[in-house]
Amino acid sequence: MKKENSIFMKIVRNQCFIPLMALLLLVVFNLIADPGFFKITLADNSAGNPILSGFLITILDSGSELAILAIGMTLVTAASGGQDISVGAAVAIAGSVLLRVLCGTNSRPETLQAPIIAAFLVSCVAAMLFGAFNGVLVAYFKIQPMIATLILYTAGRSIAAWINNNELPVISEPSFKYFGEFIPGIPIPTPFFIAVACMIVTALALKFTNLRLYTQAVGINQSSSRLNGLNPAVIKVMSFVILGVCVAVVALIKVSRIATINYSVIAKDIEMDAILAVALGGNALSGGRFNMAASIIGAYVIQFLTTTLYKFKVQSDALPAYKAVVVIVLVVVSAPVVREWFAGFSKKFMKREAA
Amino acid sequence: MSKNQASAAGSFRDKLKNLTDTNLLLAITIIVFFLMYLGAVIFQGGGFLKPQAFFNILSANAALVILSCGLSLVMITGGIDISVGGVTALISMCCAVYLDFHGGNVMTSAVIALAIGLGFGLFQGFLVAYLDIQPFIVTLAGMFFARGLTTIVNTKPFNVANEAFTKLKMTRVTVPFMGSVNKRGIYVDAYVEIGVAVAVLVVILMFCFLRWTKLGRSFYAVGGNAQSALMLGINVKRTRFISHVLCGLLAGIGGFVYFLHVGSGSASHAAGAEMDAIASSIIGGTMLTGGVGNIAGTFFGVLSLGTIQNIVSSAGLDQAWWSGITRAVMLCLFLVIQSVVMARKKKA
Repeated sequence: MKKENSIFMKIVRNQCFIPLMALLLLVVFNLIADPGFFKITLADNSAGNPILSGFLITILDSGSELAILAIGMTLVTAASGGQDISVGAAVAIAGSVLLRVLCGTNSRPETLQAPIIAAFLVSCVAAMLFGAFNGVLVAYFKIQPMIATLILYTAGRSIAAWINNNELPVISEPSFKYFGEFIPGIPIPTPFFIAVACMIVTALALKFTNLRLYTQAVGINQSSSRLNGLNPAVIKVMSFVILGVCVAVVALIKVSRIATINYSVIAKDIEMDAILAVALGGNALSGGRFNMAASIIGAYVIQFLTTTLYKFKVQSDALPAYKAVVVIVLVVVSAPVVREWFAGFSKKFMKREAA
Repeated sequence: MSKNQASAAGSFRDKLKNLTDTNLLLAITIIVFFLMYLGAVIFQGGGFLKPQAFFNILSANAALVILSCGLSLVMITGGIDISVGGVTALISMCCAVYLDFHGGNVMTSAVIALAIGLGFGLFQGFLVAYLDIQPFIVTLAGMFFARGLTTIVNTKPFNVANEAFTKLKMTRVTVPFMGSVNKRGIYVDAYVEIGVAVAVLVVILMFCFLRWTKLGRSFYAVGGNAQSALMLGINVKRTRFISHVLCGLLAGIGGFVYFLHVGSGSASHAAGAEMDAIASSIIGGTMLTGGVGNIAGTFFGVLSLGTIQNIVSSAGLDQAWWSGITRAVMLCLFLVIQSVVMARKKKA
């Protein structure tokens, strides 16, 4: 009987199974509710360039931001056994730094005061510093990650506003918009390419370095990883710094999209989505082993859910309520206690069947 | 704690050595609060010297005191609850909608508030204690759920016009012997809002509960070391469950007191209240790792935060920015102090 089920069980056991099933569920639901959801049209935008549009493209577009964050969040979760809830605020800070460098002292510059790449690097460094701050609190002061990041969660948006003297700089340079929207001539939104680039870099890093091994070792058993010659604190800080890089990339996309910033709205509630992506990917929120591909698929599924809810005219402020229900269902289903209970139940059922 | 009492006769240095974590952290908190208040008096002039200034801080933070008490209970058992701010907003909105659109009376709205808080407490407590899910994830979901639900109940913020409610909202409790003479030489009684009476009652009740009841002591045992608590025959799961239920109930009371203070319903109410409550508990000497904490400390923690807020606003700084930053700095500072205390304790 075991042999019969082996291929089937292999598929079911695969970590990507859960997010893909969720995706399938959403696709079927949308197909039944309104097949128009899947329509993609090619049209010219205001600048006269052909672009694709449609709900699926929106998912590809916004989901890419989430996928980039999910990469960092997965590492942080695996290494520290907790999540970073300051990513939204950190995006605000990184975006604010980016604009500050681009605009200089003038909030409405005619020309850019610095090359975009330089501004991005500066914001990257800023985000990495804040990541390191979180990491040091977690690794050296042994504060639970979620509490440690609560500090930046509260102060982050204030700091972001303070960096730009509470002004809202606007960038008129058209090439700045390429990162968040479309590069002329390419009908697919740029964030998708950025996300793919991030995924390739991550895949290479996981393949050719010890990143995966070390992160999992620290996450599974900190003291034994220490006895094996690793420094858990350094690896934890490093995971937070990597998340900082991801945050800076997302900030570039977010700020580029609207060519300005709104400190209290930018990347609002994105921490919830990022955590949800990790959880949906079947990764244990208590740390240890992780599956990056599953997290990334999870991120796109979450965006699929968000877009579906938007299509049904759910207000953006009410979205968290629905997502919270999804989170609760996910954590309850994946809770060891529930699994045991379920396993016991099915065993009993099988026995009765056999009898 | 008994260690401390036993050494009461010893020299000062012995005393200092034997200070338990609870008392050491509590002492730090109280000293910080008095220093801060002193600083406020020095830099902001005599306004802070009047008892009424203190009572105003108390009135503005009555709800936070109650929420923080609930959080302290959960944190002492080693858990956390970040849904209290969301629950407070949800309660304000539900009560406001009930009072204004459905013509309800005030007593029923209070019952609604308690029921909402209790409901969140029961559900989250069940998930945390009996299904063994991380409290942070559960209550994070609870927070987002409550916030989202608030917008679903009603999108636009509005003020409550219900007469009985406004009357209750305007009720002031006079504090005897604390009045001051105003500029025209007339004696004015010092007063507090009605919520303060509730908050003080909650603080006293919770203080006694934690100190002298069997269940209260088992909270510390579970937070200190769940394994040993289990071996002592304490029902760990039930204790955790009860701590969350109590926190939910207190969130219900706190939510109603908050509603009584602001008198309106809005989805953005009590933004960051969970953070303030956690910060107050931590400042008050409650350990995040569990097993250590004191309601009296929590009370002073809230007062410290309230005083900072007052200093910031009376210094004319842009409050929205600075209160966020100052709170975060305080939280960071106290977290680091705790961590250092813990590390030293481990070494010793």
